[in-house]
Amino acid sequence: MAAEMIVEVTKTFPGRPPIRAGIRYPLEASTVLILFGPSGSGKTTVLRSVAGLEWPEHGTIQFASKTWLDTAAGISITPQERHIGYMAQDYALFPTYTVAGNIAYGLGDLAVSDRKKRVEEMLELFQLRGFGRAKPQELSGGQQQRVALARAVAPRPQLLLLDEPLSAVDAPTRLQLRGELRGLLKQLALPSIIVTHDWTEALTLGDVMAVMSEGNVLQIGSPQDVFSRPANADVARVVGVETVVQGTCVENHEGLATVQVGMISLTAIASPEIDSDVFVCIRAEDVTLELAGSVETSARNHLTGTVQTIASLGALAQITIDCGFPLAAVITRSALSELGLAVGSAVRARFKAGSVHLLSRR
Amino acid sequence: MNWTAIWLTIKLASLTSVVLLVIGLPIAYWVSFSKWRWKFIVESVVALPLVLPPTVLGFYILVAIGPHSPVGRFYSDIVGHPLPFTFEGLLLASILYSLPFAVQPFAAAFEQVDRKLIEASWTLGASRLRTFFKLVLPLSKAGLITGAVLSFAHTLGEFGVVLMVGGNIEGVTRTVSIDIYDEVQVLNYAGAAKTAAFLLVVSYTVLLVVYAMNRKVWAVWPQK
Repeated sequence: MAAEMIVEVTKTFPGRPPIRAGIRYPLEASTVLILFGPSGSGKTTVLRSVAGLEWPEHGTIQFASKTWLDTAAGISITPQERHIGYMAQDYALFPTYTVAGNIAYGLGDLAVSDRKKRVEEMLELFQLRGFGRAKPQELSGGQQQRVALARAVAPRPQLLLLDEPLSAVDAPTRLQLRGELRGLLKQLALPSIIVTHDWTEALTLGDVMAVMSEGNVLQIGSPQDVFSRPANADVARVVGVETVVQGTCVENHEGLATVQVGMISLTAIASPEIDSDVFVCIRAEDVTLELAGSVETSARNHLTGTVQTIASLGALAQITIDCGFPLAAVITRSALSELGLAVGSAVRARFKAGSVHLLSRR
Repeated sequence: MNWTAIWLTIKLASLTSVVLLVIGLPIAYWVSFSKWRWKFIVESVVALPLVLPPTVLGFYILVAIGPHSPVGRFYSDIVGHPLPFTFEGLLLASILYSLPFAVQPFAAAFEQVDRKLIEASWTLGASRLRTFFKLVLPLSKAGLITGAVLSFAHTLGEFGVVLMVGGNIEGVTRTVSIDIYDEVQVLNYAGAAKTAAFLLVVSYTVLLVVYAMNRKVWAVWPQK
C-alpha cells in the first residue's frame, strides 16, 4: 500500500535563498526517496521539517493521509506524534546509555519483556550481538551507524528519515556501509527518505530521487532517469553525471572489468565489491569526440555512433551520441564547429577505463 | 568552637541547596531553552544577588517579609508568628541570596547538552519532560553537583543577609560567620580562629570535591 508523501513548504533563513520545496510522491513499503542536492540546497531543512524538528513559515506536510503540518489551518504535529525514525548526520547517540539502552530508548510503551525481545532482535539484525553493554563511544564509526539505525527503527516507525547517513565515516568504510545500508533498507521494508549530496549513494540506495538546488525541487524521478535525462540544465549541473546506463559485468581480469551494455563492450577499472549487475556511469566531460576513422590512442573505450542532439551550454555544447546506448559528451563550441558536427553526423567517442564508474545495482 | 552555630549553619546550607535544586532546575531549564526575546530580563534578576551588597538584599527581604507587607501579614496570619528573625525567614533569604550560584551552573550545563541528542529523543517519542529526566539531567550531572555545592558553600559564609533578616539569635539564626564576628568583638581570638579554621576546611573540601568531580579523577579506577 502506497502512502503518499506531500511536502509543500516555505522556509527562510537570513542570508540564504528561501526554501520553496514541493514534493508529492507515493512511497511504497520499501521505497527509498533520495533528497539530492549540493550543500545549502535546502534538502536537510526539508528532511527536518518532515521530522517536525524545523518549522516552515508556510506550507503543508502530509504522510499517509495524515496532516503533520498545515500552517493555514494551524495544524502542527509534534515529532513525538509522527512515529518516525530519524537518524541525524552524526548519529546523535546518547553517551549516557549503553548500546542496548540507546536501542530501548524509544520503546517506553512496550512491556519490559517485549522491550528486551525487541532489543535482542535489533542487536541480531544489525550485527551488534555482544555489543549491547558497550557505550556508543567505544564503537567504530560503522558500528555507531548501525546502532543509530537500530535505535531509529526499533519502535517500528511508519517512515524512516536519514540525514547524510554515510557522511560521518571515512571513504573506505563508506563504500562498505553503502552496501550494508542498501541491504538493511530492503530487509526493513520501510518507506525511507535519505538526504545525500553524493551521486553514487543516490544511485545505489534510491528508488526515486528529488533533485534540489537553491531551495527548490527541480526534478523527481528514478535516479537513472534523472541522471540520464535531466529535466533542465540546472539539474544536469547539480547531478554532474550525464550518462547512466545498465550493464552486466562479464569479466574481471587483471584489474580491468569488461562490461556489456547492450551490444557494446566497455572497459572499466575493476573493484572487488562490484556484482555482475551494474550501473555504468560516465561524466560527459570525460568523453572526447573525434571524426570517425581517426588513429588509436591510449583511451580504452572507442565507440562509433551518430549525433542525436546538440544542446548549447554557453561556451560549451552537450552532445548526445547514439552508439548502442545514449552517451553524453561535453565539448567547446569551437571544437563543435571545427569538427563540423551536426545532428546525424558520424562521430567517434573515446574515454578512458578510469572514467567508467561502476555501481552495483540492486 | 560553637557547635550550635556550626550545626545550624550546616542545616541552613543543606536545606538551601535542596530547595535550590528543586526550584533552580525549572528556572535554569527555562533560561537555557526559552526562545523568548526578553528572557535576559529574568536572567538579570536571577544574577542580581551576585552584585547587590548583601545588606541591601537583606534590607529588601526584611521589608518584604516584615509585618507591614502583605506577604509578611499573610505568613503571620497562617503560621501565627512573623517571618523575620526566624530560621524559616533566614532560609528564604539564603535561597534568594544563593539563587544565581545554583541557577547559573545548571543553565550552563543544560546549554552544553547537544541539541541533536534532544531532537533524537523527541523523534523516539519521548516527551519534553521525559527527555529532560532521561537525557538532559544525566548529561548535566557535573553542572548539578557544581550548582548544589556552590550554593551550599555560599550559604555557609553568608553574613550581611543573615544579620539583616535573621538577626543574631543563639540556636535560631546565629550562623558560623556571625559567631566568628561575635567572638572577635569580645576579643576571644582563639575561639574565632577555631571556628574560622573549621569553615575554611569545610569550604576547601567542598570545592575539592566539585573540581575533582568535574575532572573525573576517579575515572582511573576500573569502572563497573
